[in-house]
Formats: sequence, C-alpha cells, structure tokens
Amino acid sequence: MDNTVFTLLPLMILVGFSLLVLVADMMLAREQRPALGIVALIGVIVSLISCSWLWNAPQTAWSDMIVSDHFALFSYIIFLVSTGLTLLLSMRYLSEEDIQFGEYYALLLLAATGAMLMASGLDLMTIFIGLEILSISVYILAGFARRNERSLESALKYFLLGAFATGFFLYGIAMVYGATGTTNIKVISQVVSEGTIRSQSFLWIGIALLVAGFGFKVALFPFHVWTPDVYEGAPTSVTAFMSTAVKAAGFAAFGRVFLSALQPMHADWTGILWILAVFTMFFGNITAIAQRSVKRMLAYSSIAHAGYMLIAIIAGDANLSSGSLLFYLLGYAFTNVAAFGIVIYLSRKGETEFDGKDYAGLAIRHPWLAFVMAVCMVSLAGIPPTAGFMGKFYIFSAAIKAKFYWLAVLGVINSVISVYYYLRVIFVMYFEKPAADYVHGTLSLGMKIVLILSVIGIFQLGTVPGSVMALLQNSMMVFQ
Amino acid sequence: MEYALFFAFSLVAIVSGIMVITQKNAVYSGLYLLLTFFCLAALYILLHAEFVAVVQIAVYAGAIMVLFLFVIMLLNLRFESDSFAPPLPRMIGIGVGLLFAVQFVWIGLGGMGAAAERNIPEGTTAALGMELFTKYIVPFEAAGVLLLVAMLGAVYLAKRKHN
Repeated sequence: MDNTVFTLLPLMILVGFSLLVLVADMMLAREQRPALGIVALIGVIVSLISCSWLWNAPQTAWSDMIVSDHFALFSYIIFLVSTGLTLLLSMRYLSEEDIQFGEYYALLLLAATGAMLMASGLDLMTIFIGLEILSISVYILAGFARRNERSLESALKYFLLGAFATGFFLYGIAMVYGATGTTNIKVISQVVSEGTIRSQSFLWIGIALLVAGFGFKVALFPFHVWTPDVYEGAPTSVTAFMSTAVKAAGFAAFGRVFLSALQPMHADWTGILWILAVFTMFFGNITAIAQRSVKRMLAYSSIAHAGYMLIAIIAGDANLSSGSLLFYLLGYAFTNVAAFGIVIYLSRKGETEFDGKDYAGLAIRHPWLAFVMAVCMVSLAGIPPTAGFMGKFYIFSAAIKAKFYWLAVLGVINSVISVYYYLRVIFVMYFEKPAADYVHGTLSLGMKIVLILSVIGIFQLGTVPGSVMALLQNSMMVFQ
Repeated sequence: MEYALFFAFSLVAIVSGIMVITQKNAVYSGLYLLLTFFCLAALYILLHAEFVAVVQIAVYAGAIMVLFLFVIMLLNLRFESDSFAPPLPRMIGIGVGLLFAVQFVWIGLGGMGAAAERNIPEGTTAALGMELFTKYIVPFEAAGVLLLVAMLGAVYLAKRKHN
C-alpha cells in the first residue's frame, strides 16, 4: 500500500474502536460490560493486521511528521501485543475490583494510540503530543480504582511528577529548536552532522532536558522515584501496561531522537547516558533484593531493565541498537504481562500488601501457574533458552561491537545480581510449604490465554530469535 | 527601545513569578500569576507573535485564571498554614535548584544572540492557520485526541457514579 494517508491507519483504527467502546458503554448493562473488553481486543487485532499491510512500504508522510519505517511498525506491534494481553488480563480483574467501566478500555486504546504516535513521530511536536496522550491516559488509569486510596495516591504522584517532567521535555524541545531552527528529526540530524548549528550551548541544554524528560518516562536512575509507589498503588493490570507499553513507547521515542536526530553527536552524549545506565542497573537490582512484596520487586526490576535497555541506545549504532532494543522490549512485554497476571491472580481482593506467603508452595497447588511464573523469572534474569537471555545477548553484543567493553561487563555483573531475587521467587514456589488458609480460585479464560501466549512468546524469541531479528534489519529508514 | 521594553517586561515577569511561589495567600499568588501572564503576552508582541499574545491573554489570563481563582475561593484556600517540606530538605532543594539555574544561565549566555533568527510570517493569524491545517495537520488532529482523553478522565474521576 503506497498511499501516504494510510500510514496512520493503525492509529485511526484504535481511536475508532475506543469511540465505539465509549458509545457501546452507554447501551450496556453493568454485567455486560466485560464485552467491551472484547470490542477493544478486536480493535487491537484489526490494528495489528493493518500494521502488516504497511510493512512492505516504509515511507514518510504528512509533510514529514510521520514515518512508517520498520522501527515504528515493530514498535506498534510491541504496544499492541502488550495492550492486547493487558485487555485479556483486565476483563475479570475489573469486575473483581468493582471498577468495571467502559472508560478503562477506551483509555487503554487511546494510550496505545499515543504510544504509536511517539514511535512514528518524525517531528518533535508529533512525539510530544503522542507522549501527552499516552501520559494523561495512564495518569487516569493509575487512579482508576477511585475508591482505593493507594490508587489515587499513585495517580496523583504520577501526575504531579509527570507534569514536571513534561515541562522539562518541552523546554528541551524549545532549546533544540533554538539551536537548530527546526523540530524535524531528519533535518536536525542534517543540521547537526553538517555542523551548521546556531548555538552549540543551547543544543547541550536541550539534550540535557530531553534526557531528563525521557528518563522520567522510562524510569532511569535519578528520575525513578515515582516508580515503586505508582506501580504498587495502580490497579495491577494498569501496572502491567505501564511496565511494558509505556516503557516501550518511552524507549522508542528516546531511540528515535538519540539514534537519528542526535546520532551525529553520539560521542558527546554517551558519557552522561553511560553513567545513568550504570547507576540505574545497580540501583534497581540492589534495591529489588530488599523487597518483600512481589509487585514492588517487579517495580524495581523494571528500573533495572530500563538500565539494560539504555545500553542499547548508548551503543549508538542505528541498526544494531534499534534492533536489539526492540527485540528486548518485545521479550520484556511478554514476560512482564504474564508475571503481573500471576500477581493479579494471587492477590486477594482488597488486599494491597502481599508478600512471599501467597507464592509458597504454588508448585503443589497450581503446578502450571508455578511453571509460567518460573519461566517469567528465568526470562527476566536472562537465563537461556528464554527471550530475556537473547535480548540481553543482543544488547551486550551491540555494546561490545561499539567498544563499550566496561558497560557490557557491568551489565553482565548486574544480570548475575538479579538472578538472586528472581530465583528466590522460584525457590519459594517450589520448596516452601503452602499456607494453610489458602482459598482455591479459578483462572479466567483471558488469563489462561495470556499465560499460554506469553510462554510461547518467551520460548519462541529465546530459541529462534533470528526470524524476528531479520525483520529488524535497517529498521530506521531515516538513515537510508 | 525594544531592548528596554524587553528587559522591563522580563524583569516584571521574573519578579512576579517569584512572588507566585513565595506568597502565603493563595489569592495573591493567583494575581501575581496573572501579572506574569500579561508580561509574557507583552514579550510575545515584542517578538511579533501577535496571535500568540492575544491567545495568551484570552485563554491564560482570561479563562484559566478565572478557573484558578474560582477554585481557590471555592476551596477557601486562604492561608497556607504549613509548608510542605521540613527546613533541611527544603534548603537542599532550593540549593540544588539554584545551582541548576546558575548552570543553565551560564551555558545559555554562551549561546545568546546566536539562536534561531526570527522568521516573521506575514499576516500571522492567517499564516498560522495555513500552517496548522496543512503542514501540522497530524499534531493538530492528535491534539484533538488529547483533549478527548483529558475530558474522559475528568468526567470519570469527578462524576461517574458507582452504580
């Protein structure tokens, strides 16, 4: 399909379906509302199909505001996968938490639309508006359990700090515009490589502010303070979405800006990102060890993973970096949604604090569930033959090819540290006696589908990664 | 003349900006914010961005300020009894903030004067409209989606009854 109008088709489909959900919400009785989740899911699938139509004709469109290269389209796939899996997790969960409202599904689809705009934006303005659509939807979703104080606290914290980070990001865009005279990524890249910048110092300020803005969105070290509280307080299905789709969107835009617009200045910005990556990894992994609640442990683990992903950007080679980054994000999406799904299943209604007790002896009570959780933990720790291992392998080899030997070594050391707390979950599940007061629950159909798809995804990416990596060759067409 | 006006308005904007965050009475803070908005509008006029200046006054100084003051009076937020942070963290915060500001001004001064030259389009409002509906149509339409999200959130968080 070569008509440029259709480059926005996947986004238009999602917006259309979100409106459909809102209208249908008016007409349905309360018990029928889970059906809205199905409508939203159909939207996600149709949007995925439209991505495959666009795949063979990468192009820029809409006066260079939008690019539909493989980097953007593969990011769409990551967002749609995690949105779809989150929808499947949510339908039963919302009823249990008594927050079964149509707005939830509509906001999830709109958040995914914002994420897509961030990944395909070829202009800092488009990226910024995508970022805002995504952020505001997620602020609301974090506070969706309106009668739960923790949820409201989480939403308020995220909103206040997020609004601040947005200010930094926008100021960064203004500075970059002042220095280069354009907000278009292609043109910025040209101006920077030709050395016709109007003011080097404005560009540096701009880069610093952009790093702060992106750093907040993806939870890098000094900008991570919101992460544990927000992840813990938000409804767990929303946390699953935040740790996968929102992080992926942040990194897609981060990658687009730093690997294409600012790529010619690679040597200038690697230093600061190097330090951030190392601190992020160590901070996330060491604090995760001390956590008792599994949901909180996963929050710190997601900070640590942001550190690994940053290594891909630091490597700075457009092809290797973007390929390994997207591969890692896809594997991480499968793994984390499944892990949070199990957290949803094991947490009892109304209870916010839960520690290892709920996981003790899970292997006896639910052998399959324990198996899926074990696979997720192994993948997060980066042990073969899982997606997590291959993702780390690609990222670290990209770092080595770019001669960042120390960064790769520190990354491997951190993976080893993380094995401790991931394997502890497995240990508790397989070797400790179950609590006596355990109440047997059932898995919803949606949850079963999520767990099965995730395990397939994790092993597929872990054993035959070549087929996916082949799709990611030269994924950023801005360079060609 | 232009420089003199620029410095005068900037100075008033900065001083009233500081007053916004140091006033104990929320209504005074709001009024100082209004003053800041007017100074910004004046700066936009000096930059020949008349349309932005008018919008600044109509939207910010008009609509948004009325909302602010309305909320302040509705909640009866007259005097701030306690500050948010204890003295030591607050001092550290102010220190780091100042350091950051000084660093920024320091680096920024190096680039002064060299930044993007002013590119004044003719008939600003019409030109703006043309740009908005041709080149920037995607961000413009996306902003519509953004407003939808904001509206949805406000309605849900404030009104939706748990029936």
